[in-house]
Amino acid sequence: MTAPLLEVKNLRVEFPSRHGTLLALDDISFTIAPGEILGVVGESGAGKSLTGAAIIGLLDPPGRVAGGEIRFEGRRIDNLPYEEMRKLRGRHIGAIFQDPLTSLNPLYTVGRQLTETIRTHLPLNATQARERAIGLLQETGISAAAERIDQYPHQFSGGMRQRVVIALALAANPKLIVADEPTTALDVSVQAQIISLLKRLCREHGAAVMLVTHDMGVIAETCDRVAVMYAGRLAEIGPVQAVIHQPAHPYTAGLMGAIPAMDEDRERLLQIDGAMPRLTAIPPGCAFNPRCPRVMDRCRSERPELLDAGATRAACWLHDVSLAP
Amino acid sequence: MSSGVLARFFGGDVWYGFRRSPLAMASAAVALICVVCAVFANWVAPHNPTDLATLELADALMPPAWLPEGKAKYLFGTDAQGRDILSALMYGTRISLAVGIASVLVSMLVGVTLGLVAGFIGGRTDAFIMRVCDVMLSFPAILVALLVDGMGRALFPQAHDTLAFAVLIVAISLTGWVQYARTVRGSTLVERNKEYVQAARVIGVTPLRIMRRHVLPNALGPVTVLATIQVASAIIIEATLSFLGVGMPVTSPSLGTLIRVGNDFLLSGEWWITVFPGAVLVMVALSVNLLGDWLRDAMNPRLR
Amino acid sequence: MSTLVEVRDLAKGFDVSAPWLNRVIERRPRQWVHAVDGVSFSIERGKTLALVGESGCGKSTVARLLVGLYDPSAGEVLFDGQNIARTLASPQALALRRRMQMIFQDPYASLNPRWTVRNIVGEPLTEHGLVRNDAELKDRVVELLRSVGLVAADMEKFAHQFSGGQRQRVSIARALATQPEFLVCDEPTSALDVSVQAQVLNIMKDLQRSRGLTYLFISHNLAVVRHVSDHVGVMYLGRVVELADKASLFATPRHPYTRMLLDAIPDIAMSGRARTPVQGEVPNPLSPPTGCSFHPRCPHANERCRQERPALVEIRGVRVACHAVEEGRL
Repeated sequence: MTAPLLEVKNLRVEFPSRHGTLLALDDISFTIAPGEILGVVGESGAGKSLTGAAIIGLLDPPGRVAGGEIRFEGRRIDNLPYEEMRKLRGRHIGAIFQDPLTSLNPLYTVGRQLTETIRTHLPLNATQARERAIGLLQETGISAAAERIDQYPHQFSGGMRQRVVIALALAANPKLIVADEPTTALDVSVQAQIISLLKRLCREHGAAVMLVTHDMGVIAETCDRVAVMYAGRLAEIGPVQAVIHQPAHPYTAGLMGAIPAMDEDRERLLQIDGAMPRLTAIPPGCAFNPRCPRVMDRCRSERPELLDAGATRAACWLHDVSLAP
Repeated sequence: MSSGVLARFFGGDVWYGFRRSPLAMASAAVALICVVCAVFANWVAPHNPTDLATLELADALMPPAWLPEGKAKYLFGTDAQGRDILSALMYGTRISLAVGIASVLVSMLVGVTLGLVAGFIGGRTDAFIMRVCDVMLSFPAILVALLVDGMGRALFPQAHDTLAFAVLIVAISLTGWVQYARTVRGSTLVERNKEYVQAARVIGVTPLRIMRRHVLPNALGPVTVLATIQVASAIIIEATLSFLGVGMPVTSPSLGTLIRVGNDFLLSGEWWITVFPGAVLVMVALSVNLLGDWLRDAMNPRLR
Repeated sequence: MSTLVEVRDLAKGFDVSAPWLNRVIERRPRQWVHAVDGVSFSIERGKTLALVGESGCGKSTVARLLVGLYDPSAGEVLFDGQNIARTLASPQALALRRRMQMIFQDPYASLNPRWTVRNIVGEPLTEHGLVRNDAELKDRVVELLRSVGLVAADMEKFAHQFSGGQRQRVSIARALATQPEFLVCDEPTSALDVSVQAQVLNIMKDLQRSRGLTYLFISHNLAVVRHVSDHVGVMYLGRVVELADKASLFATPRHPYTRMLLDAIPDIAMSGRARTPVQGEVPNPLSPPTGCSFHPRCPHANERCRQERPALVEIRGVRVACHAVEEGRL
């Protein structure tokens, strides 16, 4: 079994505020193997974007990593000084963000941004960097790349800009790409193009991807494994087919039931009453217990760890085999 | 209703930030002292400089109390007619503050209304009002004030001294309203396109009511900050005008007038007549400015 | 089965020209965006018509035209037989407004941040004179809040104290205050999480059944559209390209754009279905293609498609605007 590329162990992220210290991520653990695509899915406030930010080292202060560790290729990266992290970012870990409009500097040509990134991380001269940049643009499906490389971001459409952002992320041949909602701001038809592009390129370059999104459909299309987050904790993690078709955690089951399906007609959508608790009001025990249709007494006092539940692992006492009769 | 508003204010982020900022608290304290002295000058001041009957010419040009020839009775010394400088400062601050606040209120009234109308109605009305703003901005405030003052003197030659207060306010607000108009217009444009305004239109609320009840309360945010900072600038403009001799007369002197009066005695060694009014002017303007600066930062959601 | 809303050749253009001074100095022509370019459809009482499409297709503009937020540049909107543009300019405007209301997309901008929920939901009641005093207002507001799953105590709270889903419920309560017959919903759940979306969609369906409401539902999400609608209209660059009942549209889509849209939806069921690859992006609305606006991306385009704009014709029970379908090539 190959060593994991990224290993997150018991990660805790805190936000000191006037209401006290808020625990935004509470004991998150998962791994990403080289070349694997891991999806991180959850609703707003679940902490999925924070997880991505913590890994890239772009947590907005006053947020900070308060516990646990993040290891990249065996080496601890959560406590690296700024300069070290900066070198790691871009060279070994690439990033793609949601809004293609603000991800690119509007004042510089696309080519300049690409060559700047390439030359920062790879020992190439200007001509070689430019050639590589043109090659990357062509790979991401931008036609007439040799001419378009000298254009400005506003001369590209939304989908094209996101392709440029993907090219930027791949510029230095990173081993891991953290993509935070890369297709949410795009139209449905463009979304499909970008998803398949991302998947293909990452396979070709051998890069692993951590894909953060709220869209289960995108996860189904792209990922190998998926982690479901709820209120800053991991609810379930496992192969994507298993999580979608045989969810072991009641929250995952509720989530899948709430999504309107394209292939069948239902009178009512499955509804999970209530809402995700705010960071200041997370209930004791399992964070999902007030809304859970299968809640037991134990759930209200003891917080479950990730337990084996068939094909996936779920943080739910329903799967505690030690209690099986 | 009001108890709810107060409760929300004291529980809110702005008050919390205030309690944690020593600079904000210090400048607020200074400003508060000045305001109290100014408002209650009649009771707080040791003497009444405007009452000619109480002046003792023998006590003229006395230095401050801690210098050898000074008397404890006149803490900061006296001027050429025996007026106590400390009391004159309090009365003068009152006039300066009154002019400052009154002109800001007038500017706000005119500016906010015009800005709201321009932003809401748009089109040619908007373009016209904005062009007027541009024109007003190309005139320096002092020159406009001088012009208005000159006209005032020409129109009311005898009553000039008593009308000086009103003329000053008109002069200062004539250029002051522009800032409010532009700021409120910007906010109005933003709020007008928000969906709660569209919802009100779909319900059938009349445009006037939408402007008044929906847009106005939400567009006023930046105005409070602007007003605080403009009070300081209005006080300084008034002081400048009075110093130039076209502001408040000596019979009811503001801080600027006091500085002018004392200027003549500066070279002959009676420095206290100018320096103390100058120091107080700086203190008032600075504390109001700092308060305004802090308020602006406190209300900027991005800096929180 | 009566028609409540009928739209005939509706068009709306926006003047996006540079300011007059710039136009004179730089010699630039006036520029128009034809956000809605000749749209016709009708909605039956008690039914839901969904308008679906990507950015720039004009569906939000159609929504606003239907409630009178914009005046049409051409064509007309008929509500229960009366031309709404004319009625809204007449003294009967308020009576018409009572019968149709709107729900907006952004739960954070659709409620006045300085008003309590009581004022927000009560405004239509006072504006239309539907309540006589404060006590009656309070009762009605509580009733409306309960009908969307909120409680009476929520009346004194402000918008920022609620979550996105709850705010949308307040918006729905406000829209229902005047007991309208017709609700225009502009992407009401697009900004909400999946589980919250399910709650809001369920409420909307329940309300439709209990009050006999007619909905115009705007969305870009075909799965949601499938769940809520009776009829579906697909829009592209300001025109309707296909208009059919839900079953036909999803089972046998005819227009190439509809097919492309359905293919592009991510496949949660992971059935591994075959797909035609998607080409290109929505063109700039300032310079739309000639003839059929979809021809640059259409695998079936011919010369006629480049020259002639297809009309929306009825073919085997559905309405399609496509030369290829009309000619039997598809």
